[in-house]
Amino acid sequence: MAETTATDHRQLRPGLSGVAADWASDQRAFKNVSWGKSMMWIFLLSDTFIFGCFLLSYMTARMSTRVPWPNPSEVFALHIGGQNVPLILIAIMTFVLISSSGTMAMAVNFGYRRDRRKTAILMLLTAALGATFVGMQAFEWTKLITEGVRPWGNPWGAAQFGSSFFMITGFHGTHVTFGVIFLIIIARKVWRGDYDTGARGFFTSRRGNYESVEIMGLYWHFVDLVWVFIFAFFYLW
Amino acid sequence: MAEATAHGQEMHAGQIAAVPTDTHQEHPIKLYLVVWVWLFILSAASYMVDYFHVQGALRWSLILIFMMLKAGLIVAVFMHMAWERLALVYAILVPPIAVLVFVWIMAVESEYTLWTRLTFFGPSP
Repeated sequence: MAETTATDHRQLRPGLSGVAADWASDQRAFKNVSWGKSMMWIFLLSDTFIFGCFLLSYMTARMSTRVPWPNPSEVFALHIGGQNVPLILIAIMTFVLISSSGTMAMAVNFGYRRDRRKTAILMLLTAALGATFVGMQAFEWTKLITEGVRPWGNPWGAAQFGSSFFMITGFHGTHVTFGVIFLIIIARKVWRGDYDTGARGFFTSRRGNYESVEIMGLYWHFVDLVWVFIFAFFYLW
Repeated sequence: MAEATAHGQEMHAGQIAAVPTDTHQEHPIKLYLVVWVWLFILSAASYMVDYFHVQGALRWSLILIFMMLKAGLIVAVFMHMAWERLALVYAILVPPIAVLVFVWIMAVESEYTLWTRLTFFGPSP
């Protein structure tokens, strides 16, 4: 397999003529990217469309309603020390997710240096931060539900606020949760040394390598990326 | 997967490659730390926009600028897009433009919906 698809990199052209040459060539368009990595990128592109359409439907609902939209700055404020701090929980969640992205980037780096210990620890730290994020989101949901926010209405304004909120943050939280699960799975493989000994995977019966850590990283950074857009459009707008 | 090892063997001494021969994305740790710090600063800045109640056009533009800077840093450095071949970069980054076109279509549509609602149901109850 490898022999038939491997590319001779001496013939790869740079720039736009390279784009045309790569796409017009035999067998594969992504010359120096493995199938695993390109498939993750294509999946992330499709996920971009999913979240894009969610944010789009939120925009449509908010632009077309004649009922005032609840002020997210007040809705998501927490009462701390006798005063309302606007959006404080969301800000903390943002910092937690960015931190987890940082630890993930470091994990990828140490993975390629074949530092098993550091890679696994950093991945588990990433998973812990991700779990913290989901925990805070559960707290936020609980708070809003006790205050009377439902997908069909809320005490402060346009009914679509609840449906947009639960759908967008719910889908994002689900992505984080699955990310945490897969982070733990890959971290365990790294810890055991599966990628050094060439152990075969349970489901695929294929030998993995440290690129799995980078592919996992792509997914995790994407989850962070989606949050950047949700934070800007849903919470700050 | 086996390809990553094949690359190394293909290269012989004296040959000059036009592109990086290794699929591995290995960069100095310092780069990640710098980007990490910038993401913190940009997040704090966008939170400050809300905290100090910046309003109007300045608010929207600041939110969008900080958002795009953060997204750009994550995709370019953390996801290593800056070092990929253009064939992949364009394949991933160009299609989302379709979403922007969709945004424009739906913005026009929701203005029409709002107009019909205001016309037939009257202003906000």
